Amino acid sequence: MARFAPCSGLRLSLYNARMPTVDAVMAAERAASFTKRSIKTHTKRAALELALSMLDLTTLEGKDSPEKARSLCRKAVRPFPSDEQVLGKRLPSCGAVCVYPSLVETCVRELGDAATRNVKIASVATGFPSGQYPLEVRLDDVRRAVAAGADEIDMVISRGTFLAGGYDVVAEEIRATKRACQRGDGSYAHLKVILETGELETLDNVRKASDIAIRAMHDVIASGMGGTGVAAVHGHNVDFIKTSTGKVQPAATMPVTLVMLEAIRDWYLETGCVVGMKPAGGIRSAKQAVHYLVMVHETMGPLKVPGFETSNGNPWLTPDYFRFGASTLCNDILRQLVRLKTGKYVAGYDFSEA
Amino acid sequence: MWACGQRPPVARYDSPMSSHPATGSSLKSISSNGHAASNGSAEKPREATRPPAPAASAFAGGFEYAPAPETVKVEIKERYGHYISGGWTTASTGKDASFATINPANEKTLAHVSQGTDKDVDAAVKAARAALPRWQALPATERAKFLFRIARRIQERARELAVLESMDSGKPIKESRDVDIPLVAAHFFYHAGWADKLQFAFHGRTPSPIGVCGQIIPWNFPLLMAAWKLAPALACGSTCVLKPAETTPLTALRLAEILEEVDLPPGVVNIVTGDGRTGAAIVNHPGVDKVAFTGSTDVGKKIAAATAGTKKKLTLELGGKSAHIIFEDASLDQAVEGIIQGIYFNQGEVCCAGSRLLVQESVLEEVTKKLELRLASLRVGDPLDKNTDVGAVNSAQQLATINKYLKLGEEEGATLCRANSSTLPGSGYWCRPCFFTGVQPSHTIAREEIFGPVLSVMSFRTVDEAILRANNTPYGLAAGVWTDKGSKVLDIAKKLQAGVVWCNTYNKFDPASPFGGYKESGFGREGGVHGLRGYVTL
Repeated sequence: MARFAPCSGLRLSLYNARMPTVDAVMAAERAASFTKRSIKTHTKRAALELALSMLDLTTLEGKDSPEKARSLCRKAVRPFPSDEQVLGKRLPSCGAVCVYPSLVETCVRELGDAATRNVKIASVATGFPSGQYPLEVRLDDVRRAVAAGADEIDMVISRGTFLAGGYDVVAEEIRATKRACQRGDGSYAHLKVILETGELETLDNVRKASDIAIRAMHDVIASGMGGTGVAAVHGHNVDFIKTSTGKVQPAATMPVTLVMLEAIRDWYLETGCVVGMKPAGGIRSAKQAVHYLVMVHETMGPLKVPGFETSNGNPWLTPDYFRFGASTLCNDILRQLVRLKTGKYVAGYDFSEA
Repeated sequence: MWACGQRPPVARYDSPMSSHPATGSSLKSISSNGHAASNGSAEKPREATRPPAPAASAFAGGFEYAPAPETVKVEIKERYGHYISGGWTTASTGKDASFATINPANEKTLAHVSQGTDKDVDAAVKAARAALPRWQALPATERAKFLFRIARRIQERARELAVLESMDSGKPIKESRDVDIPLVAAHFFYHAGWADKLQFAFHGRTPSPIGVCGQIIPWNFPLLMAAWKLAPALACGSTCVLKPAETTPLTALRLAEILEEVDLPPGVVNIVTGDGRTGAAIVNHPGVDKVAFTGSTDVGKKIAAATAGTKKKLTLELGGKSAHIIFEDASLDQAVEGIIQGIYFNQGEVCCAGSRLLVQESVLEEVTKKLELRLASLRVGDPLDKNTDVGAVNSAQQLATINKYLKLGEEEGATLCRANSSTLPGSGYWCRPCFFTGVQPSHTIAREEIFGPVLSVMSFRTVDEAILRANNTPYGLAAGVWTDKGSKVLDIAKKLQAGVVWCNTYNKFDPASPFGGYKESGFGREGGVHGLRGYVTL
């Protein structure tokens, strides 16, 4: 076949082909509809307890001290020490603590080793929160956090590269990060990919970044299974997509979370794989948390995933696949639980800080 | 991710559609992976890895919302008379002189209303005629004040009106509270603004009131339809005789109380209750200058015949079988929301309901699957529960009509999807939302208005075919188009024979936006500047 023009070397990104788009007006309307649900009495109590168990109790400050990390761990294990007296039942522990890599070892000492602790240790890494470092530095950050004992790694994507259209680069960085999550025994730390949706600006971008992240993480696990069967040995591997670092406004919003849930749902419909979801930043009140759970219920509930009968076929209504990244949310949940039980609002200082 | 790269061991969700085996992996538009490793692994079943032991959920029995009943109590009289000339007639008793209006969600009688006789209608028309000279001589700013007062009073009594509307019509409180009643107030506010600016609506011409208006409204949006009829008429200086539908007269009668509260001059608005015979008496009364009717095409044709050859002006807003077109380049998740809003809003008892879904062939499977999932999450039940999405069908008669079409659709060869499994209350008139697939344009369910939560799903391949199919109907009330491409929207909107074309949304109403139909969907417009035209002579 004759060629009429010299090959320009132009590479068309595969990710540009038939990516789903999002209508922002309708997405916002749908997200708002969840806030109009009226959740009362026993449903509210169950939702609040579930939200508590899904908390990634977070401290990500430059001034964080080992003592702060230790008190965070204690709060996560037993959020409300007088729960049995006041509420008549033991409340669940939080899902995880989320700290900078330098504090992972402190948390490991406080919470015990990986086999026994029921609160996971999540560490932000990859040059959090900006990610503006050479890839090798970011990957080293991950390896050190994993070696220190982190169960979960919260990475940030290169938003600049993404916005410049370097989708394949972003995907390859996520794959490299996932590979860096591999431990000496071949198992992987769980990975949460932070899209920093506040910097992506459009819901179209949120959807595109979600799809890229989900597929990139999948690539590593799938090839790992093909090669050595590591995943089979390890048992399971849960990866998440996450909205925000909490350092950029707006952080998690309901439309953004809805779009990411839709990406997760479509991936499940396509492959049968379940990816987790973590909205983070900006969720401060118990009421907001309940609205998010309503959204998870109504968006993912009809899928009826086999193997999750205990949560009515909805993996995302368990702390294994849905987390809230928040710090002030915890005490507001406790406050609402006390009010549901006693009919009275107690003061904020009745609950311990972290 | 558990069991990555492999299919789950059993069907991954309970598909009620036998024709749709649960093969989510074949969804066409989301397979843009492009990575050989994962593509390959997705196809080769691997040795099963155990999913993690699921954490005990607080929702072991499912996330069942606790009842959230609307608690406002509404007082309803045992019997109502007509509201004529600023006063109430004695409520009729007796078998033929009155009838019960019931709550369709529990079949209990709410009140008895009077059957309007020829005499009642005559009294109402005479009262409207008598009130006309003073009402149209009133300074326009004063007419505007009355409309403002009505709007404010409706806002103040909004919750009570919403509850009463839901009790009488069966629509969910969520809709009467957030859609119907706010729009009712908005219509009066909007037309209050027009009252003293009419000469600007018709440049270079002098509008004068059309006279006595006979207005007959349906049961699907009882108070909203009353507002659509009354507000422009009053703004233009006309007087009215309004007949609410026989199954839903209570909010119109409550509106009469509001008219009393705001001291609207006697006779300007008269409300006569009754069935079709009362409507016929209004249409045929020689003292009526204009007839405005919203309802079925059958009745509309009779009214058109009855008013032909008289001096009566007529506007008709009739049935529809509106097309909802989904292109492959649409935002599909949001399009599915639009489909849901389009057909299941108000139990599908909406004249402009998007009851014919036309989906581009390349995304038909994906849209159908997503629609099925979304259908399952709709909550059908007590209209007064704040979490109810779909309420009760308005009457036993309407439910029978819907059921007739459901049977007919299956007999003609379409496949019925009933993915919704809400628990229905023991009494009342209920129809779970559902849709038909495999529908041909020749099927009855694709041609006749069902007026219920029943959608007919069809496909098309090219843009021309979509337009051809959309316009292939005796009706022409509304249409919806979903695409991310602006130029396509503008092109198609021009070619669709429909009074309203919604783009990337559906069932959105605003008093400033005219509403009305083509062909057998009627003529004349309501709302906006265009809506004023039906109530003035130039």
